[in-house]
Amino acid sequence: MADLMKQSPYGVFLEHCKKGELAYQVSDGKAFFYPRAVAPVTGSDKLEWRVSKGLGTVYSTTVVYTKDQPPHNVALIDVDEGFRMMSRVEDIDPLQVKIGMRVKVKMHPGDEKQPTYPVFTPAGGGK
Amino acid sequence: MSGLKRGSVAVVGAAESDLGQVAPHTSPVDLMAQATMRALDDCGLKLSDIDGVFSAATQVRTAPMTLSEYLRIKPRYFDGTTIGGSSFMTHVAHAQAAIEHGLCDVALIAYGSTQRSVSRAAASPREPNPYENPYRPFMPASAYAMAAARHMHQYGTTREQLAEVAVAARKWALLNPKAWEKEPLTVEQVLKARMVSHPFTVRDCCLVVDGGGAIILTSAARAKSLKKKPAYVLGVGESLSHAGIPSMPDLTVSAAAESGPKAYKMAGLKPSDINMLSLYDAFTITPILFLEDLGFCAKGEGGPFAASGAIAPGGKLPVNTSGGGLSYCHPGMYGLLVIIEAVRQVRGECDKRQVKNCETAIAHGNGGVLSSQCTVILGGASTV
Repeated sequence: MADLMKQSPYGVFLEHCKKGELAYQVSDGKAFFYPRAVAPVTGSDKLEWRVSKGLGTVYSTTVVYTKDQPPHNVALIDVDEGFRMMSRVEDIDPLQVKIGMRVKVKMHPGDEKQPTYPVFTPAGGGK
Repeated sequence: MSGLKRGSVAVVGAAESDLGQVAPHTSPVDLMAQATMRALDDCGLKLSDIDGVFSAATQVRTAPMTLSEYLRIKPRYFDGTTIGGSSFMTHVAHAQAAIEHGLCDVALIAYGSTQRSVSRAAASPREPNPYENPYRPFMPASAYAMAAARHMHQYGTTREQLAEVAVAARKWALLNPKAWEKEPLTVEQVLKARMVSHPFTVRDCCLVVDGGGAIILTSAARAKSLKKKPAYVLGVGESLSHAGIPSMPDLTVSAAAESGPKAYKMAGLKPSDINMLSLYDAFTITPILFLEDLGFCAKGEGGPFAASGAIAPGGKLPVNTSGGGLSYCHPGMYGLLVIIEAVRQVRGECDKRQVKNCETAIAHGNGGVLSSQCTVILGGASTV
């Protein structure tokens, strides 16, 4: 069982982010995301942290329009190791982010309010 | 919900509070209380008859407690299940269970919101989520937009077909004097409106208005002696599939595919037995998903089905005859008003928008980001 007096699931995830790593957990051979203190379904305390190779495919995508800011992408990424996460695909016109597009992770540095977090960029390939 | 008995309870009173833009400083509980008294008047019961209180609201964290204090009633039974807009469908199921077990005799379900007056951000603050907040999704619209994008990708659904859902809702709204929207709407206008979260423009999204409602349920036996025709609860089904949109297994299949069959089984009915549908239309994609998942058309065919005119006035399947959350009223958690329209259709009270010989209706609730799906099937006297 994770010792929540010592470290939290998000705390560990964030430490990996600071090292440029997209971390996820595996239990009984199944990957899951977001990180948890207990494995879903089984309730197992055998949680193994792993670092993703950082490649994935866009499962779905939208472009958010807000006042006084350029439109930005929000996407759901199916990461190759077998979990889905929300993220953003950068370095491309947000409307050109397409379902099926291959993407790779990079760390966004964040700012004073927002700690570093994973985003994606086009990796080439896919459809 | 096996264990509940088909037709054991009925909705006997139903009413909206004032809707639209209420006076400054009106509280959500003011609206709940106003709707409660209107619903009691609708059935001829008194405040002192209520011994079960069911409520949920984004602006009132302890809704059953706060409403009971306001009305100075001491319910024997209360339930504040809060799972978004479908909360009130679960309240119907839970009230039925409580009435069947003698835990209460007269159940009040109430809701109120002043989200137009105080702003949506103030009425429904987002919970912190370090795995979503950095990406600034415009929630809940962006989650539904991604469901729509996926549906378009897999089934060829088009923005025009989505827009037809909004146009059909507007046509119904023009037949409902209580509807917020009063002007006709075209597909072109939907497509050219301000983009919110692609592929949705503001016209693909539900209204942001103030309002509330209340319904009263009691046993079928007691219902027969009250003022109006009872709307019997023939079937209920509840399902939770996820909370955040990344955890939804398949964005093109909602848990209505689970809640619907549960409700049909309890009711002993199938989709072709249903005379009208009241479907939670938070966004134009949701009626499309629910028409598919509740068995009114095959998966992937919801877009062409909506675009065929089937769900508009004069179509073969009346859907959201009030004008829905898109054009009638959407005060945050809209599910209670979804039920109220179904009750009125079964009673035959809908005047210009009345569905002929409406003896069965589905009130289907959706909560969160397609997260909770709850189906209630109501029927008139001929069904029990």
